[in-house]
Amino acid sequence: MIASLLATAAQIVAGSTVRWAGCGPTDEQRIYIANHSSHLDFIVLWSYLPPWLRRRTRPVAARDYWTRDGIRRYLAAHVFNAVLIDRVAAAGTPSGQLGRQAVDQMVEALAGQHSLILFPEGTRGAGEDLASFRSGLFHLCQARPEVEVVPVYLDNLNRILPKGHLLPVPMLSRITFGTPLRLQPGETKDAFLERARQSVRALKEAA
Amino acid sequence: MSLFHDVALQRLFGGLIVLLIVATVAGRLIARRAGDERALTTVRNLNARINAWWVMSVIFAISVLIGPIGAVILFGLISFLALREFITLAPTRPADHRALLWSFFLITPLQYLLVGIHWYGLFSILIPVYAFLFLALRIAISGDTTHFLERVSAIQWALMICVYSLSYAPALLGLGIRGHGTPGPTLLLFLVIVVQGSDVLQYIFGKLFGRRKIAPHLSPNKTVEGFLGGVAAATLLGALLWWATPFTIWQAGLQALIIALTGFAGGLVMSAVKRDRGVKDFGTIIAGHGGILDRADSLTFAAPIFFHVTRFFYGA
Repeated sequence: MIASLLATAAQIVAGSTVRWAGCGPTDEQRIYIANHSSHLDFIVLWSYLPPWLRRRTRPVAARDYWTRDGIRRYLAAHVFNAVLIDRVAAAGTPSGQLGRQAVDQMVEALAGQHSLILFPEGTRGAGEDLASFRSGLFHLCQARPEVEVVPVYLDNLNRILPKGHLLPVPMLSRITFGTPLRLQPGETKDAFLERARQSVRALKEAA
Repeated sequence: MSLFHDVALQRLFGGLIVLLIVATVAGRLIARRAGDERALTTVRNLNARINAWWVMSVIFAISVLIGPIGAVILFGLISFLALREFITLAPTRPADHRALLWSFFLITPLQYLLVGIHWYGLFSILIPVYAFLFLALRIAISGDTTHFLERVSAIQWALMICVYSLSYAPALLGLGIRGHGTPGPTLLLFLVIVVQGSDVLQYIFGKLFGRRKIAPHLSPNKTVEGFLGGVAAATLLGALLWWATPFTIWQAGLQALIIALTGFAGGLVMSAVKRDRGVKDFGTIIAGHGGILDRADSLTFAAPIFFHVTRFFYGA
């Protein structure tokens, strides 16, 4: 109920034209990877998945942001069923351990037959070019190489709600789903991450 | 007196329903005869357009029959959606965010509020005087001067076309005519029927007889034959609707000619905007037609001109 209301609201604000260019909305287990330039990104991408797909797709989000107040905590836990990962290390924790923890959480979510929405740039960019991808995606694919990675390009959301603003300007946007890719046997970390990044970027130019 | 009992309105909407039924039947018949793949695509688009016309006509009829407030709200929504399509294509920058919020959520509703209370003295200058100057200042204050002039102009022009111009259509509801009181909805219906009729007739004449392109760079589908045939037929249509208006048959024909010509001009200018931004349509909200602005492009020029011509020559 809350989920479908929220999804409808997100769709009204974003007014997206959705194009499944390289694959369809099927029930295969997937990791959707998208560019990140606005707070709207994940909720809009999530809202434009068909409802039955939405229920089995979990966004990977930052714990510090989504536990800041009661509303966000509720939404993250009960509506989006988000996989909350730590970006900020507790004192004395080595940063490598943080990354390993996050990968473990995502692997666990995949074991529960869920698909994931992931923003491999880690943080929001200015919307001009994609930042390099974090290595978590590689480690995740290493653990579950059979899960397909679907590149997604979110166009114009950074103009609807740019960094540092609270109210959206209701412009129209576009969501393009590209051709799935998988980690190849023997593919190095840098090669895979760059290939994944280019697959998202190619959708920008195609759009 | 309820608008449902207004004889002129009943006849106009009755005629519209008859026309739509004829078009629907004709569309289905043509679909059966379509031979090759290309003809089939055209016919599919034609039938999608006719179906969309049913939806648009019903929405329009309901909002007019509700009373003046219905038409004001309908055109307010059309303006909002049109502005959305236009700004999406405009070269704005993150620093324009606040100016855009003002445009969507304050200036647009305010314009329609003023139209709704018939405050002519203010709704006719709100955007070209107050909003234009305010937006320029707001964007200057943001501190980002990259392409300042382009950004300010694009936002101003978006408001001019999508909000200011379109709001003249419901403004007709408050226009007093010498010796006729405030004819209200019939003037609005006359404008909308003639301007949209002119679009449809130009399309039909173009498909049937079109040979020479009239503006190959702007709008490759528009032809000289479509233009001449459509404008002439729309003029005739307007003249034949004289009984619903305060005009004589000749005056109604002349008004319809002005509406058809300015409507054509609006279509050309909006095509130029689309070419500049590298898109074919402004949006996808109306199946077969494209965006709101693809359907309302002619109205953006015809509405303010029709209002002011009528006000100048017939205004009380």
